[in-house]
Amino acid sequence: MKKIQKTLAMLLLVVLMISACGGAENEATVVEVPADIFKVAVVMPSAINDLAFSQSMYDALLAIQADTGADSFEIVYSEGMFIVDDAAAAIRDYASQGFDLVIAHGSQYGSSLQEIAPDFLETSFAWGTTVDTFGLPNIFAYEARAEEGGYVNGVMATMLSESAVIGVVGPIETGDAKLYVDGFAVGAAATDAGTEVNTNWIGSFSDVALASEAAQTHIGAGADVLTGTAQMVVGAIGAAEENGALWFGTQSSQSSLAPSIVVANQVYRWEVVLEDMIDLIHGGTYGGQSFEITLANGGLVIEFNGDYALPADVQSAADATIAGIIDGSISVFP
Amino acid sequence: MIEKFFTEAVLVGIIASGIRLATPYLYASIGETFGQRSGVLNLGVEGQMLLGAFAAFYVSLTTGNLWFGLLAAMLTGLIMGLGMAFVSINLQAVQGISGIGFYLFGLGLSDLLFQKLMGTVVTVSGFRPIYFPVLSDLPIVGQIFFNHNILVYGAYAMVFVAWFVLNKTTLGLKIKAVGESPEAADSLGVSVSKIRYLTISFGGMMSGIAGASLSIALLNVFQQNMTSGLGFIAVALVYFGGWRPIAVMGGALLFSMVNSLQLWVQVLNIPIPSDFAVMMPYVLTIIALVVTVQRVRPPSALTKPFERGH
Repeated sequence: MKKIQKTLAMLLLVVLMISACGGAENEATVVEVPADIFKVAVVMPSAINDLAFSQSMYDALLAIQADTGADSFEIVYSEGMFIVDDAAAAIRDYASQGFDLVIAHGSQYGSSLQEIAPDFLETSFAWGTTVDTFGLPNIFAYEARAEEGGYVNGVMATMLSESAVIGVVGPIETGDAKLYVDGFAVGAAATDAGTEVNTNWIGSFSDVALASEAAQTHIGAGADVLTGTAQMVVGAIGAAEENGALWFGTQSSQSSLAPSIVVANQVYRWEVVLEDMIDLIHGGTYGGQSFEITLANGGLVIEFNGDYALPADVQSAADATIAGIIDGSISVFP
Repeated sequence: MIEKFFTEAVLVGIIASGIRLATPYLYASIGETFGQRSGVLNLGVEGQMLLGAFAAFYVSLTTGNLWFGLLAAMLTGLIMGLGMAFVSINLQAVQGISGIGFYLFGLGLSDLLFQKLMGTVVTVSGFRPIYFPVLSDLPIVGQIFFNHNILVYGAYAMVFVAWFVLNKTTLGLKIKAVGESPEAADSLGVSVSKIRYLTISFGGMMSGIAGASLSIALLNVFQQNMTSGLGFIAVALVYFGGWRPIAVMGGALLFSMVNSLQLWVQVLNIPIPSDFAVMMPYVLTIIALVVTVQRVRPPSALTKPFERGH
């Protein structure tokens, strides 16, 4: 009897584990496809609809697919790969299945990729945000010059803040999050040196509750305009909306979440660099180069929320700042 | 530098924020306290919270009724709790491992349902802070204690209900007896299985409410893995509080207020690296845990399956 019970327990656990895999769209079985289909696999730390980092990459792949047609561009993804070991297993799995390009979308996946890529020299890998290809011939690196949009948002935020206190909610002081936050602070200081920009690094990319609390802390400290980066900011946007503070987004458009308070978003358009990578792969180059998205190359776009009535002077200041960064007359980090 | 802290806005902010942040921990850890006092360790709290958070959010979104959402979270947690009870009592599985299985199940299923039923992050209008005539308008005290939503107050009320049940009722005595010496309890006619089913399913229900407190009261949004380890901290808080509801509340408040304090440390531009600031609540919890563990003994039958006649 005890043996039967233990077997049943094991079976139940297996079923539970299998169900647990349901969330991650890890489509390990790939059907036979004609050779002219370009196959891309992407491993992402959060959900494809996180309104932030992961969604920016997923939307870019969909944009390429819309251009080239689903018949010639296949996308497979594993989302929610916040455990690096799981992500590494998925990356190796995709590489061994013969994908043309395997994207490890997260700087935390770098060391895994460095280990895996040399075993699959016929597969091209891309990872970001970084500039480091580890000197390997089959790794591309990509980066967002997030400080550019950060600067533009900082200019607008400072002009809109009546209290002259602005709050920033960041995850961990690294990568494009740090670039964005630093650029934002420089843009704010260039507009009005007297405006206080308070930054809160909450130490997590996923702690929505703490992000919300960080936003409330900023509001308690007098902030009437907030910004933030990474997927946990949905909590901060909620807190901003509840307290009537304005919000500036980055990575993806966050306007749909709180149309009345989101002023503008810096949107990442990774397709600009992905298309270059795909061309290189077709030409036989599998890596060894790094790319960046900028306002100048159209990889970064400032998207204004149509539901928010932006004052004309702020709009023209934003337009002038964007033009200045593109033509080089404004240097974010001189 | 330190004088920056001693302003009304900062002190009120830290305490009010600590009270609010402690809410999900309280629901989850009070529920877990009951399970552990009866001898069952449930590490699936996080998964129960995630499913509870999703159920509450989705039902509130589709029906427009937050109470239906709360009920859905309770039911979801209850079902998860019953599952955990079946595995640990009837099948006598190793509790730690099966709890992790339930956590992964909750994590995966909540995400799957979110992707299939909603597709993108949206918001609901959640429970609003309750306005108490006169009291809410009081300076300082009003902002700290009388400016929260109903689920915040419910969490603190449950602490005292739990204390009363565990210490002043026959049921509490039975729960503790089952957790300390199931054989003795059994020989006196107490059904060990029944008590454990009761405590674990109650714990599941409380975890469901903990999830709802995030998705329809504090954050008003659902996102994949939104609990972000909160359920595991709730389990740690049970140890921290030495399996006593009031002390568990003390631990939850301490953890939350230090977390809130570290947010202010950064906002006030106090020159402590952010990495050290975010470590503060965890370091303090570990220190307190080390001190507590030497002082309090866990329930003797914790994690041990019970089988009659063995």
